[in-house]
Amino acid sequence: MSDLISYVIRGIPFGCVFALVAVGLVLTYRTSGVFNLAFGAQAFVSAAVYYDTRVRHEWPIVAAFLLAVVVVGPLVGFVLDRFIFRYMRSASELSRLVAALGLLVAIPQMVQLWFGQSPSFGVVGIWPSSQGSDFAVYHWGQYALNGDQVATLIATLIVGVGLTAMFRYSSIGLRMRAVVESPRMAELNGINADRIGTFAWMLSSLIAGLSGVLLAPLFAQVNANNFTILIVAALAAAAFGKLSSIPLTLFGGIALGILGGILAGYLPTNSVIAQGLRPSLPFVVLFILLIFSPALRRARETKDPLAGVDPPPAGLAAVERSRGLTWSTRIFGVVVGLAAISFVMNDKYWLLLAIQALVLAVIFLSFTVITGMAGQISLCQATFAAIGAFATAQFAHAQGTPVMLAIVIGAFAAALIGAVLAIPVLRLGGIYLALATFAFALMFESIFVPLGWVGGGASPVRVARPVIGPVDFAGDRAFFFLCLAVLIIMSFLVILVRSGATGRFLDALRGSETAAQAIGINPTRARIVAFALSAFIAGLGGGLYASMAGSAQPADYAYFYSLFFVVLVVTLGSRTVEGAINAAIGFVIIQEILKRLGLSASWEPIFFGLGAITYAKNPEGILEAQKRRSNAFVQRQFDRFKRGAPEPAPAQPSSP
Amino acid sequence: MNVDAAPLLVADSIVKRFSGITALSDVSLQVGAGETVGLIGPNGAGKTTLFNCLLGILRPDGGRVVLDGTDLTNWPIHRRSRAGFGRTFQRIELFAGMTVVEHLLVAARARRGNAHLWKDVVGLDRPTADDREDAARTLELLGLTDVAERPIEALSLGRGRLVEVGRALMSEPKLLLLDEPSSGLDRSETAELTETLEVVNRERGTAILLVEHDVEMVQRFASRLYVLDFGTLIAEGPTRTVMSDPSVRRAYLGESNVSDSGVGEAV
Repeated sequence: MSDLISYVIRGIPFGCVFALVAVGLVLTYRTSGVFNLAFGAQAFVSAAVYYDTRVRHEWPIVAAFLLAVVVVGPLVGFVLDRFIFRYMRSASELSRLVAALGLLVAIPQMVQLWFGQSPSFGVVGIWPSSQGSDFAVYHWGQYALNGDQVATLIATLIVGVGLTAMFRYSSIGLRMRAVVESPRMAELNGINADRIGTFAWMLSSLIAGLSGVLLAPLFAQVNANNFTILIVAALAAAAFGKLSSIPLTLFGGIALGILGGILAGYLPTNSVIAQGLRPSLPFVVLFILLIFSPALRRARETKDPLAGVDPPPAGLAAVERSRGLTWSTRIFGVVVGLAAISFVMNDKYWLLLAIQALVLAVIFLSFTVITGMAGQISLCQATFAAIGAFATAQFAHAQGTPVMLAIVIGAFAAALIGAVLAIPVLRLGGIYLALATFAFALMFESIFVPLGWVGGGASPVRVARPVIGPVDFAGDRAFFFLCLAVLIIMSFLVILVRSGATGRFLDALRGSETAAQAIGINPTRARIVAFALSAFIAGLGGGLYASMAGSAQPADYAYFYSLFFVVLVVTLGSRTVEGAINAAIGFVIIQEILKRLGLSASWEPIFFGLGAITYAKNPEGILEAQKRRSNAFVQRQFDRFKRGAPEPAPAQPSSP
Repeated sequence: MNVDAAPLLVADSIVKRFSGITALSDVSLQVGAGETVGLIGPNGAGKTTLFNCLLGILRPDGGRVVLDGTDLTNWPIHRRSRAGFGRTFQRIELFAGMTVVEHLLVAARARRGNAHLWKDVVGLDRPTADDREDAARTLELLGLTDVAERPIEALSLGRGRLVEVGRALMSEPKLLLLDEPSSGLDRSETAELTETLEVVNRERGTAILLVEHDVEMVQRFASRLYVLDFGTLIAEGPTRTVMSDPSVRRAYLGESNVSDSGVGEAV
């Protein structure tokens, strides 16, 4: 019994930090409608600043605390609000989510540029240590709490009571609630929504900074990954509070911490599953909460009733082009493509990069299906690639299956898992779907990948290059053409599906789900098919990637890539096959440019993470938008070139 | 009233409660094949709730919905549509990014059931010539031929509503349910819409159930009326009879007796 109580006590401070971040999350969600996934990253910023000033520069506690929590925390919130989210108040929930995702990818990388990637031990808390020992320890019967734990408890108590009182009794709390309902409506009633939003962002960022500084000593080091766990735990707590109730959110966070403490105490330490389960508890809980909580399932995306006054996005550039120009562009593309192929054939280094781009393009095509066609943000595409890669490796290695066949089997395995995952997950709309796939990706990584029959245990499973009939693709040149063939086949597959009934049904569902149902489209079925197809393509790309790299390395498919790929593809264009190919080329080329310039590889996720913020403005991708703009110009030149051909009547929208 | 032949739609003592509040108590309603029926009632009377129960957006707590002899009380929305329900929306619901004719083509395809991935992959599932002809005929009927290739965003609200009607017609409904089709339209647009609906009813024999605020439109269009108030039916019968029923006038038009010409209520 006393064991149990001491495990519970050990879990409570963690629970308090989870609760704090969760409350901050709910606060921004309620006031600006942004589900700020970057909150963990903001906590990381303050934790890093505190560590740097307190430990590396030996500032006094109060000064370091004031700078990290009171100055830097709200400052980050102020910047995010002023420069990004203020302009997205009436944007769709999805584009706000994409912007937050971009920040989640970019901020930790930015901090690491300055803070360094190496683990930083010797973290100290904000509680003054007593003489003679590192920690102030307070005994209470047979149980003990150290100073940092006490500080966490007190901070949580103050924030919880303060916020509840503010929302309930103060006029700024009331105005905040009005802004949540509809910022434009609130403004019509004389509320300065901008100012309220800024206040809420600064306040919640202060809480994020506070929780970052409190969390670091609990984990004994400042490490960006711990803050990912933090944000997922906070999401679980926020989901428990149904994204609105602050007391319930606090309770959910603390309960999660206690559960973690108990699990840590009682689970056997010699089993791989148990070892994986402990750190992944928040993911498991979030996943289960999302899938089984009827309240969340019913919760429809809240939408600003006045959001619809913005004009809808323009159509794709390809639709507006004349036939002649389209064909000219295609011929131009083929010529450039052939030139590129002949170049890489003669350069070993660039050949490898080209293969990498081709394989990534296959993986990115899965985003064209799930995001471009089905309009969903999935945060587990790298996981599907991992499933394809591991299945390929296991089948080819253990069963002796021919490698190409093993790659196809891997793709089908990914499709199957994708379909099974889709059934519960798709009942959640938009943002919750993204969160559930994120939880799945983290769960897979921490529970399944360490298993011997999945990730290969200690050493990754080797994968050879395929041999098809008499043709051996072991050489890089041959493998290049195999990858090119796979990419071309998959591109045509995507184009065929998009123009077929499946694609048109998904278009209809994206336009209006209720209307699509009313004409007899089964939304669940259509989306499950899209999810499975997208998982299939990602799995195929993952298998190819393993064959390219020579082994299925878990690190190649880490959850971070799921996030990074989303922001990358969404920034460059998720609606078209061309967009996926552009994204793959962009990924490889920018990586190469950074290398040649001697810059950190972190700049790439920073660049695309911040680029994802443009999604709200150009949901079809910046390249596609650029193309549309230059389209009119090129079309004019093209028509002049044809000379005498009558100007095609432009499709002028008639004003209502 | 009694219908000799089995009616097309039978809603049999529908009950719907929302946490203690009874929104519909024992509401029964019938629509015969090819008939035009209106459902009216003051705000909050339960019209939309009944509508949603018929379409499967809400599950009733009691009662049955039978279409053409098939009990589809527990069917999901998309299956009801394939069974013969077509509908339009009070707040217009169109597919952003599609042209007018694409709206009709996707509905024509949806009528034939689920999409199959393998058919798409071999390119077997493109819009057929029959579908295109069918769509062209429907556009002609609705007077939308000139905007067929326009993106939907370029249309006015009135024409957008006609696209909704066209989209619903492409699934060859036996019964068309219209949710306040005049909302947001001005007088002349409403008159035009009413005329078009009359043509649809006459030429295609589609039965129409109309939930409407605009009494003028209902009077002109529906041959029979149901009147809801506080979740119960307070009157039903031929339009003329119902409209002169004093209890209806009291519930719907307010205590003070309003002359017929002044009741057209814009929403």
